[in-house]
Amino acid sequence: MDCAICWGPRVTPEPVLEVRDLRIRFGGVVDAVRGVSLDVRGGETHCLVGESGCGKSVTALAIMGLLGRGAVRSSARLAFRGTEMAGLSEREMAKLRGDKIAMIFQEPMTSLNPAFTIGSQMAEVFERHRGGGRRVALDRAAGLLGRVGVSAPGLRLAQYPHQLSGGLRQRVMIAMALMCDPELLIADEPTTALDVTVQAQILRLLVELQRDLGLAILLITHDLGVVARVAHRVSVMYAGEVVESAPATDLFAAPSHPYTRALLACVPVPGVVRRDQPLGSIPGTVPRMEPGFTGCAFRARCRYAMEVCADDVPLRLQGPDHRYLCQLVV
Amino acid sequence: MLTYLLRRFVLALLVIFTVLTISFALTRLSGDIAVAIAGPAASAEDVAVIRKTYGFDRPLPVQFVEWVRSAASGDLGRSYLYREPVSELIRDRLPVTLKLGFAALMVALLVAIPLGIVAAMREGSLVDRGVMLVALVGQAMPGFWLALLLIIQFGLRLQWLPIAGAEDWTGFVLPAIVLAFSAIPALMRLTRSGMIDALSSDYVRTARAKGLSRASIVMKHALRNAAMPVVAVSAVQLGALLGGSVVIEAVFALHGVGFLAWESISKNDFPVVQAVVLFLAVIYIALTLIADLFNAVLDPRLRAA
Amino acid sequence: MMAVRLRLGGTLLGAAIVLFVAVLAVFAPLLVPHDPFAQDLMGRLAPPMWLDGAQAGHPFGTDQLGRDYLSRLIYGARISMLIGTATVVTSGLIGITLGVLGGFFGGLVDDAVMFVITCRLSIPLVLVALAVVSLVGSSLTVVVLTLGLLLWDRFAVVSRTTTMQVRNLDFVSAARAAGCSRIYIMWHEVLPNIVHHLVVVATLEMALAILLEAALSFLGLGVPAPLPSWGLMISEAKDYMFFTPWVIEIPGVALFVLVLGINLLGDGLRDLLGATRDA
Repeated sequence: MDCAICWGPRVTPEPVLEVRDLRIRFGGVVDAVRGVSLDVRGGETHCLVGESGCGKSVTALAIMGLLGRGAVRSSARLAFRGTEMAGLSEREMAKLRGDKIAMIFQEPMTSLNPAFTIGSQMAEVFERHRGGGRRVALDRAAGLLGRVGVSAPGLRLAQYPHQLSGGLRQRVMIAMALMCDPELLIADEPTTALDVTVQAQILRLLVELQRDLGLAILLITHDLGVVARVAHRVSVMYAGEVVESAPATDLFAAPSHPYTRALLACVPVPGVVRRDQPLGSIPGTVPRMEPGFTGCAFRARCRYAMEVCADDVPLRLQGPDHRYLCQLVV
Repeated sequence: MLTYLLRRFVLALLVIFTVLTISFALTRLSGDIAVAIAGPAASAEDVAVIRKTYGFDRPLPVQFVEWVRSAASGDLGRSYLYREPVSELIRDRLPVTLKLGFAALMVALLVAIPLGIVAAMREGSLVDRGVMLVALVGQAMPGFWLALLLIIQFGLRLQWLPIAGAEDWTGFVLPAIVLAFSAIPALMRLTRSGMIDALSSDYVRTARAKGLSRASIVMKHALRNAAMPVVAVSAVQLGALLGGSVVIEAVFALHGVGFLAWESISKNDFPVVQAVVLFLAVIYIALTLIADLFNAVLDPRLRAA
Repeated sequence: MMAVRLRLGGTLLGAAIVLFVAVLAVFAPLLVPHDPFAQDLMGRLAPPMWLDGAQAGHPFGTDQLGRDYLSRLIYGARISMLIGTATVVTSGLIGITLGVLGGFFGGLVDDAVMFVITCRLSIPLVLVALAVVSLVGSSLTVVVLTLGLLLWDRFAVVSRTTTMQVRNLDFVSAARAAGCSRIYIMWHEVLPNIVHHLVVVATLEMALAILLEAALSFLGLGVPAPLPSWGLMISEAKDYMFFTPWVIEIPGVALFVLVLGINLLGDGLRDLLGATRDA
């Protein structure tokens, strides 16, 4: 079984991506992301988990510099391979995107341009960042399509997106992301829109690619089943904050934040949830965070909520590499 | 695709036949056509002669079958006024109207597409509101009145351009601008809404994630998709421009098909009116067919269907 | 915020313009300072009050026959509004009937409706209108009927597509299950649910009808003289426009402002009622 936890991380010490205290505010009235910090190391899959609306996709877009107008981003550090990205111009960011940092999205059905062939869309990334002729780019595209398990790559290059199934399109998106040998791949819910069997194939592909290419992957998902299969490290997000971050094995073995525990109780994760525990659900929804909010955002839904939860929440360590945000000491 | 085109073609033939019928009925609306041709000064004998010469004494169905049969073979009848075959009259006048129509469409596209793109890129901004205001003004502007204003300003006061006729290309400048005004609002709104959809689409987000240049994102990835309906509507608009050029040709004394039609209408030259209506309808139908073909070329999804 | 305020302002401005012209039209006989048909050959082409040489009592001057321009303008509002509303009623009746029938029944009925719409669209509008008016003879009634018989295409297209959307909604199915007749369903269930789209189409068509009438009258094949249609006023005055441009500027501005007002109102209603422009 290609469970990530089984073969263990081959992690390089220097982080590929460093994020410290990332904040995003929309239209001055909604705090979508409130001080997120995380590292992604070479050869490591870092999963960012949370319910929809918790700010995980916005975090990914912010790292890519793809936030729309009306979003304000700030950070203490946002570094790729040690280079600060916050001060880069749009032009300099565009040089990184698609080249050193690639991204794939949730909706393979709409993420490819319906008006151009697969080959043209794959080749243009290479031509943009590496130059060289279309011939070279198309050869590389055909090679990568074969690598991601697309049959008859030469034929696919001449096809249009509408001629391919969802699973095939997601493979095309992955191959396209690999065109320039990126060091970091950000995958925003890459399997959510796909059939269950196709989901498993795509996940296996990502794991293989990482092993072979030494990619750093930031995988955004709401699915703890996915996390259990591929993650080396997990950050759990709630209402714009990372409430717990730990190596995957530690997190599943000893979840510390009440939200993480509640999440795990909701999902039957193979080998983690025991038969005798009932499957739960968390009442309520993720609140919309407005500027000036203090205290723990989860306290309204938390079964352990206390009066102190309205105060600033301390960051607690549960081991050398395992942090969580809570008043409770486990 | 082939069956679809075949269906469209058969439908087009049916529409043309209907227009043939309508244009025939149109000229018989006034009651006794011979009286109208002869004019108020004619005697009863004159009218009788005219009736016999042009075959108006035959039963209507016979006249109709005759009209359909000759129209199908390209014979659109003879003008009472010019005593020439109508097809030759139209052929002589067509270049002027075609030049005017194409020039107007070019002006309209050159104004509408860039403004539509700019408005879409700054949706909701003052620039966007300004562009939408241009569309509203264009929609409310009576073409013939704008023509007169431009004639006063550029023809009379500044004396930059001729006020009538088409000796050379300068004669087409003002008419083309005025005619373009009627097509600009629709094309601009369409470009704008198409670009807004495209720019907020997932595939444009992908293009940005690929690090493509802004020019490539807007002009290639977004515009290509937004252009499909614009191309289709442009063809239809060209048909409308050719049909609507009657008023403009009359104001600027441009001797095109529209002017011919206006002249014939006011002089009761029925074969010409009948033929021009049919001719413009056929052009319109052909243009909508071309628009469909164009769309199939631009949109790979339609090609397979 | 800015854009929203502008939008609301535009709608109110449009409503104010339409209301103002409507009041002028209805109460024209009470409002005019002079008889709009009374000629005064000694006082021809008197300039309006903002130019030198203006005459007291003629704030907008007089035309080439010495008729008071303001009075003619006010009576012209009558013609424009009358043409606009009467055309919309006629073309609305035709277009909505066709569109709802096609959209509701689908199949062969719909094919037939689409065919009729295609035929209508391929007929050159201005040319046929000119020919009909010329052949039948020009009068207000003929102009209204001609425009009404020609301008129904957008009503038909919009009511057809919106009926198709409404047809499959639950309340229509419920009415059908309850055994209501199809006529009843179309009248009581479908029509009230598409009417907001049709109101917007009505404003667009009204603007178009007013512009077309002006163009026909300008070419001498619309409203017959001496009726003071704004288009006819421009046409009659155009021989003098090189010397006294205000003779065409005044009726032209009136026409432009009224049509702009109707379009502003239509745009505002579209946002307000949540209708689509071209469905």
